Amino acid sequence: MLTRRLLTSDWGGTFVLGLLVAMLIAVPIANLVVPPDSPYYLSSYWVALLGKFLTFALLALAIDLIWGYAGILSLGHGAFFGLGGYAMGMYLTRQIGDQGVYGHPVLPDFMVFLSYEELPWFWLGFDMFWFALLMAMLVPGLLALVFGWLAFRSRVSGVYFAIITQALVFALMLAFFRNEMGFGGNNGLTDFKDILGFPVQARETRVALFLASGIAVILGYLACRYIVTSRFGRVLIAVRDAEDRTRFSGYRVDHYKLWVFVFSAVLAGIAGALYVPQVGIINPGEFSPIRSIEAVLWVAVGGRGSLFGAIVGAFAVNGAKTWFTVAYPMFWLFALGALFVLVTLFLPRGIVGLFRRRREGES
Amino acid sequence: MSLAPYRQPIRRDRVFRLLQSEPDFSGTRDGVILYVDDVSVSFDGFKALDHLSLAVDEGELRCIIGPNGAGKTTMMDVITGKTRPDSGAVYFGRDIDLLSLDEYQIARGGIGRKFQKPTVFEALTVLENIELSLASDKGTWKTLFARVDTAQARRIDEVLVTIGMQDLRHRAAGALSHGQKQWLEIGMLLMQNPRVLLVDEPVAGMTGNETERTAELLVSLAGDHTVIVVEHDMAFVRSIARRVTVLHQGTVLAEGSMNQIQADPRVVEVYLGEEE
Amino acid sequence: MIRSDTSPLRQRFRRTPSLLTGFLLLLALTAAAADAPEQSPGHGPAEPQAEAADQPSVDTLIRELPAGNFNDRRRVAEALAEAGDPRVPEILAALADGRLLATGDDPPRIVIRDADDREAGTDAISGETVAAEVVADARRVPVHNPLRNALRSLEAVASVADARPERRIRSLSRLIRDGVDDDLVPFLEERLETEDDPQARDLLKTLLAVTYLETGDEDARLEAVATLRESLLPEARRAVAAAAAEDPDERVREAAMEAVEHAESRIRFFRFTEDLFFGLSAGSVLLLAAIGLAITFGVMGVINMAHGELIMIGAYTTWFIQTLIPGALSTSILLAIPAAFVVAGLVGIAMERGVIQFLYGRPLETLLATFGISLILQQAVRTLFSPLNRPVSSPEWLSGSLNINPVLSLTWSRIYIFVFAIMVFVALILVMKKTSLGLKVRAVAQNRPMARALGVRTGWVDALTFGLGAGLAGVAGVALSQLTNVGPNMGQAYIIDSFMVVVFGGVGNLWGTFVGAMGLGVMTKFIEPHVGAVLAKIIVLIFIILFIQKRPRGLFPKKGRAAEN
Repeated sequence: MLTRRLLTSDWGGTFVLGLLVAMLIAVPIANLVVPPDSPYYLSSYWVALLGKFLTFALLALAIDLIWGYAGILSLGHGAFFGLGGYAMGMYLTRQIGDQGVYGHPVLPDFMVFLSYEELPWFWLGFDMFWFALLMAMLVPGLLALVFGWLAFRSRVSGVYFAIITQALVFALMLAFFRNEMGFGGNNGLTDFKDILGFPVQARETRVALFLASGIAVILGYLACRYIVTSRFGRVLIAVRDAEDRTRFSGYRVDHYKLWVFVFSAVLAGIAGALYVPQVGIINPGEFSPIRSIEAVLWVAVGGRGSLFGAIVGAFAVNGAKTWFTVAYPMFWLFALGALFVLVTLFLPRGIVGLFRRRREGES
Repeated sequence: MSLAPYRQPIRRDRVFRLLQSEPDFSGTRDGVILYVDDVSVSFDGFKALDHLSLAVDEGELRCIIGPNGAGKTTMMDVITGKTRPDSGAVYFGRDIDLLSLDEYQIARGGIGRKFQKPTVFEALTVLENIELSLASDKGTWKTLFARVDTAQARRIDEVLVTIGMQDLRHRAAGALSHGQKQWLEIGMLLMQNPRVLLVDEPVAGMTGNETERTAELLVSLAGDHTVIVVEHDMAFVRSIARRVTVLHQGTVLAEGSMNQIQADPRVVEVYLGEEE
Repeated sequence: MIRSDTSPLRQRFRRTPSLLTGFLLLLALTAAAADAPEQSPGHGPAEPQAEAADQPSVDTLIRELPAGNFNDRRRVAEALAEAGDPRVPEILAALADGRLLATGDDPPRIVIRDADDREAGTDAISGETVAAEVVADARRVPVHNPLRNALRSLEAVASVADARPERRIRSLSRLIRDGVDDDLVPFLEERLETEDDPQARDLLKTLLAVTYLETGDEDARLEAVATLRESLLPEARRAVAAAAAEDPDERVREAAMEAVEHAESRIRFFRFTEDLFFGLSAGSVLLLAAIGLAITFGVMGVINMAHGELIMIGAYTTWFIQTLIPGALSTSILLAIPAAFVVAGLVGIAMERGVIQFLYGRPLETLLATFGISLILQQAVRTLFSPLNRPVSSPEWLSGSLNINPVLSLTWSRIYIFVFAIMVFVALILVMKKTSLGLKVRAVAQNRPMARALGVRTGWVDALTFGLGAGLAGVAGVALSQLTNVGPNMGQAYIIDSFMVVVFGGVGNLWGTFVGAMGLGVMTKFIEPHVGAVLAKIIVLIFIILFIQKRPRGLFPKKGRAAEN
């Protein structure tokens, strides 16, 4: 029943989900089962790369949910992604234990270096995985709650909202660059060793993280899909297209925006938490305003307002980036810049819109 | 529960909303359901409303006319909570101070509004538009898991029939004609089951036939509902009006039956004179 | 100038008038040839008589330096110091450094060896360059430590009488720092009567007062406190503070205490002024950076993420013009201002015609498209020139600072930036208010269809308006090239700040941008001393975020129904 509601008349989504499932089955086999000399072998580098793309896809979903459906453009979603990443990074850092350079049993290397006497209070509990995971959702959620409550209550929207989210992520970047914050300053957190007792770099761990990311994307997609097909989702669209009308129909627009914004932030936090163990580092660069804008581009390229478009966009842009930076490093920024311009000018509905238009033309 | 004790000393924007409970909209005062008292609004020195006072009885069909810039839309904005006046008071029924409430509270309390420019949710279908306006719990969690029950489905069908759109229910609202959008918006208003309908230029862009049907609909609504119509189309006003209020430069110029209004030399000078 | 009749050396000269006459003659013969080119700029034409009368004795004194023992040498040095001859301080300094040489001739030739080059030297008397072999043959005039210390003070004393005011000021500052002996007081008092440079005069008074405060009687000390009351020099304040604590006389102590408080309140005031000035200059940088955006974003509603890159283009234009006409810094800067305006303006017009004109009314789309353009512009500059920073030099008049008093000095670059920002702002206001372009811009911004109906070519106005905003960004780039590094990424540093300023001030309101920029600049600089630059910036960002909640349309919002939609 629920499946029918979520996937009927969502051919694109079903197709993308099918691809994801196929990938989740094929990649582990190609990495773990296929012998390395076979042409079908997939190296761990690719597993980690695809895993990273999956976390980006989850971030793109989070952005598309609020931008595509509720019309809230956040240019600061990197803030939630980064905070989720830091929560996981803190867990991984604590897991290093005495394997660090200084060999201190509790304090991470950078704290020994900065001559901390003891662990700051906000690092307590991060030796437990469940706690870190909870924080990876709770901290972004709380920040979104406070920030969104302030912003939506006073009806800050559109351009103004976009700009203050930039301010938010910029302020976070500056803050995390400070050594005094206790998050490793400029260098961030890195040199991770173990996750849940398994070595982070091991092939099997990478595959497991890849699978976890894939499952997170699928679940995230279904959750978003549930939201947008419910009456709640229609209220979001109503808010996007005619906010005043929605209000005069008796809806508390600020509550709806806040709810979906917090949900989106939590998704972004989960994405960040999955991202960090796969790339092996988290630093304040994740909070750079450019990164957040780039993530919005994934959604714009894929197709704003269609959830699977966000997934397609994240894979397309990041795939292109990976290819370009190897093949033509000089031209990547030209290509990315041109992509921005061309998509906004000629593809207002993104890659997905291309296919949709064709299908509509046929029928 | 009355909000009166809180009204004077505490400004609405300085109070935690959580502490306020939902107001009770049921009572009226001596049959007056809407009472606008000495309201002034100015934008950058321009007085959109200038000490405007107006009382509308329960069940009345009131037409408000006036030249451009007379303050008609601003008055609606004030009543529905969109614009906060510089001074004055607006009461709904016996003791609900509308100025202390938010738009959503006013809407839930029973004041429905149709915008001057027809405003429907263009990306949604006619049915979805109507369904969203359903008078039901409009909290976030409830909406997330909401389903349409049989009584509600019946009500939706009723309204669809009333506005003559039962065959268009799956059409995207954006694809409707201007007049159809006007009707859809009126239908959405009906779904809210409001006690007061504020209708801003309901027949703009409608054919003669549609206009006639709109007039019939509005007349039939009066009695059970209080209907306030702002309109430019004098023929339309003449066809429905029982009581007419003329606004001019943000204040009431004249009030009375259509005949009285048409006989008033001041009205003729500022408004009707231009037209005839 | 002091002419002490008790000086034994002078008495000796009086007894030998013939020698003196001889030197006079000698000088008359050589003066034009030897001294004239070496005359220091401070030598006023009003004084030649007096100098001519003194010079033989000074020259002789200089020749006396190698003779005798350390005590003799000290006496000669003292006499020299009091002579007020411009050559003396350098000679005394050279002597103290062991760079004063004497040849074996009779009378000996006195040579100052160059401080950097052991083989080069100049004649102490004539100032002529001396051949290397002479320098090599000459022997060092011996000094020992007590003499060396005495020479340092004597050098300062000698400079006090220097003809060049800046030398006098420097040496007086040094004497105030080192302190002076009582026996110099009469000499200094006499200087006070003739000193005509106001700053030197103030320093002289301060120096005397500091000295009186240590050694004078009660009345003198009281008067000294009164003199020092207005002084902000650290030494003067220390002396007064010492008097407030230790002076035996109660009246002096009380007066000193009052003076200390007075000075402290003045310092607080000047520190405040300094913070304010820093804030205003930071505000002017913000204003310059944001003013173009106030047009493109504020008036036209385009979220121009390439604004920072337009600033960068202006800065690169400055660099390019500097490389075209090297050596003419001032000219190149002045040329760069219109050039940057035109270059950035043309880039802006190209952006508007090529991309933005298709996106009006869709601000979020303009954001994405212009962000793409910003990436392209950055990469273009990186590819065309280099990813590294370009060196941009500043003209002389931009360096240094205006010293108002010991605790308040304002750097010229900041003053100029402030003045420049105000000029640009005023020019923009005039363009918007007084020209037909400004009228059309405002008309199109308020009601596009109506403006078009009235015959305004809106497309053309859009292009020019955007060009104006872009050109202003370019002009800002000229100014910023003087303050920060010029590189492909420089624009990114300003983009967020610029948006904050415009949003804070109120979109569509130029005065709002002005007040917003100055307000944020001053706020940052007042917070900075307490928490540091980074945290100050974070605090300001959070302040803006909270402020926008309270006043979603900024400090000076546009009002009315039209603005709400």
